[in-house]
Amino acid sequence: MFMTVSQAMVNCLEAEGVETVFGYPGATICPFYDALSRSSIRHILVRTEQNAGHAANGYARITGRPGVCVVTSGPGATNLITGISTAYMDSIPMVIITGQVVSSLLGSDVFQEVDITGACEPFIKHSYLLKDPARTAQVFKEAFYIASSGRPGPVLIDIPMDVQKMQVNFSYPKEVSIRSYKPTSKGHPGQIKKAAAALFEAKRPLIVAGGGVFSAGAEKELLAFSQKAAVPVVNTLMGIGAVPADYPLRLGMIGMHGIRPANYAVHQADLLILAGSRVADRAIPSPDLLARHKKIIHMDIDPAEIGKNLGVDIPVVGNIQQILSELCELAEPSWAENWAAWREELVGVAKKYRPDYGKRDGYVNPKLLMHQLNAMAGEGTTIVSDVGQNQMWSANEFAVKNGRFLTSGGMGTMGYSLPAAMGVQAAKPGQTIAVCGDGSFQMCMMELATLVQHRLPVKTVVFSNNRLGMVREHQAVAYDNNLTAVFLDGSPDFAKLAAAYGIPSLRIHKNSEIDGALEALLAADGPFLLEAMVDPLESTL
Amino acid sequence: MKHTLSVLVENHAGVLSRISGLFARRGFNIDSLAVGTTADPAVSCVTIVVDDKENEIEQINKQLNKLIDVIKLKDFVPEEIVSRELMLLKVSATDQSRSRIAELASLAGAKVADITRSSMTLECCDTPDRLENLLELMRPFGLKRVVRTGTIALEKGNEQLTID
Repeated sequence: MFMTVSQAMVNCLEAEGVETVFGYPGATICPFYDALSRSSIRHILVRTEQNAGHAANGYARITGRPGVCVVTSGPGATNLITGISTAYMDSIPMVIITGQVVSSLLGSDVFQEVDITGACEPFIKHSYLLKDPARTAQVFKEAFYIASSGRPGPVLIDIPMDVQKMQVNFSYPKEVSIRSYKPTSKGHPGQIKKAAAALFEAKRPLIVAGGGVFSAGAEKELLAFSQKAAVPVVNTLMGIGAVPADYPLRLGMIGMHGIRPANYAVHQADLLILAGSRVADRAIPSPDLLARHKKIIHMDIDPAEIGKNLGVDIPVVGNIQQILSELCELAEPSWAENWAAWREELVGVAKKYRPDYGKRDGYVNPKLLMHQLNAMAGEGTTIVSDVGQNQMWSANEFAVKNGRFLTSGGMGTMGYSLPAAMGVQAAKPGQTIAVCGDGSFQMCMMELATLVQHRLPVKTVVFSNNRLGMVREHQAVAYDNNLTAVFLDGSPDFAKLAAAYGIPSLRIHKNSEIDGALEALLAADGPFLLEAMVDPLESTL
Repeated sequence: MKHTLSVLVENHAGVLSRISGLFARRGFNIDSLAVGTTADPAVSCVTIVVDDKENEIEQINKQLNKLIDVIKLKDFVPEEIVSRELMLLKVSATDQSRSRIAELASLAGAKVADITRSSMTLECCDTPDRLENLLELMRPFGLKRVVRTGTIALEKGNEQLTID
């Protein structure tokens, strides 16, 4: 059927089952927007392009399908770069559409021209500059396939304005085959057998669950394997929630901001089973030291992650859902006896770990607030943390049944929480809570308008300490307490700001106010803002 | 240790920049890089010589393979390939030195491609070490310009890297 390329682009999105896109228009993407206006796809207008990326990111993580965002050329595209790199670092599937200047003018530095495919090249899974209208359907099909298969990631399609207006004979391909892209999907049975044998010989085995567990949808298989052989589990920041919080063999988060029982387990283990974890520096700061006296099984969909940061004894490349399920088959419940003492030791260490939920003079204890929020939030709640101290307070307290914890793990992008929560809310009605600090909130608070405009009832918790708390803490420790550029004086009154958007809010100063405030937050029908005043000297851990 | 990588890629705009960008940002060292089309016009072959000082060759292979446009690649075993590089060099020549240069060039397997009153341009297609040898032979006469293409290589015998 003959139609414009822009209509074909919309048809491609519909064929991929896209229901919502996040974006911000401009001249070079107007032909697409014109066609989009006549489709059933919901468009959510963000307030700055970066947040279209984060919203698509949140959307993708909740639906398991690529999130889609659309922006214009030049500054629209460059503003989105942080959103793209954030998705890339956390392996989040996204398809990004950018308008481009008229193809005959490409390379002549015309108004709002930027080489966005070139600019994003280091932190994107793949990109296309679509100049041939006849390739439209093929490129979209490939983009969605590449974004969501293998190790997921963002894929960019840059389309000049004149191409969007051209005519094309459209039909959407059913199949896609790219000769240069054949992601490994099945773990080698021989390697899985070796992994099982190594487990049988272990005395102190430990599973390290990373974000790949979610990418592969392997939560059930992970739990089944851990339960069958009674192997304890720790998780990385990206792996939070991979096993339920009330699972007795869950020891919590490892790494720089992890908790003692989890880090103790990593150091004492004689066999580490890395499941969808890329051995990033914040989770495993000195891999060489760590690996000295242990065996390492590394299961990952991306062969390049194996051996990149850590020498590995048994690599298993493939989909970890399948690998874990086959490993589970091979493991025997009787093996659990081999490491009964280890399990007992770890459970003992975990029991001794007591987060400090104590009183703070004139302030709210953020750990207690997060603890209560997790206890009070209903099943299935999504908590989206920002970056900084708020992130670690949120991470280490996450305990929502069948809930999800989302954060920018690899990039550590401040301003992630509110827009990503927006994407989650657009994908899945239900309780979605953004948690941020007063620094990160000010990087995304313009999106309050989007919440109101598009009736997205995201709840926001802002921990206010008038500081960039994590940097302050770092300066205190590493720079002899020379605190510089971390004071947020000049911040607005967030309650008044919320009121300006017509959003109800509460500000609390002490622990005794926490439960009441959270009740109000959770009960609100629409967006709600809770500001909790936190001691500037409050520590991350 | 030097590795010669033969990389078959889709013949698209931007592919070379993806490859060179990968080497730059991950800190891999390129000794030489040569690109050209193959018998199939849709496929280009990039030959990269890498000086692997830090045991990075496995990562280089894996990261190259991750690029969507890379169809296939092979890390050649040095003894099993024919490798060649083309060099053009312009050397100062006088009435006294001209015949001596021509003689040495001929001994080293180079041809005279151009000649003027004050210079000679030689062309030589050979292995990188023999080109080095020619370069050293010519240096005393006064090198004006040297350009090299970078190494290209093929497997000896019937072995071949194909896209299927």
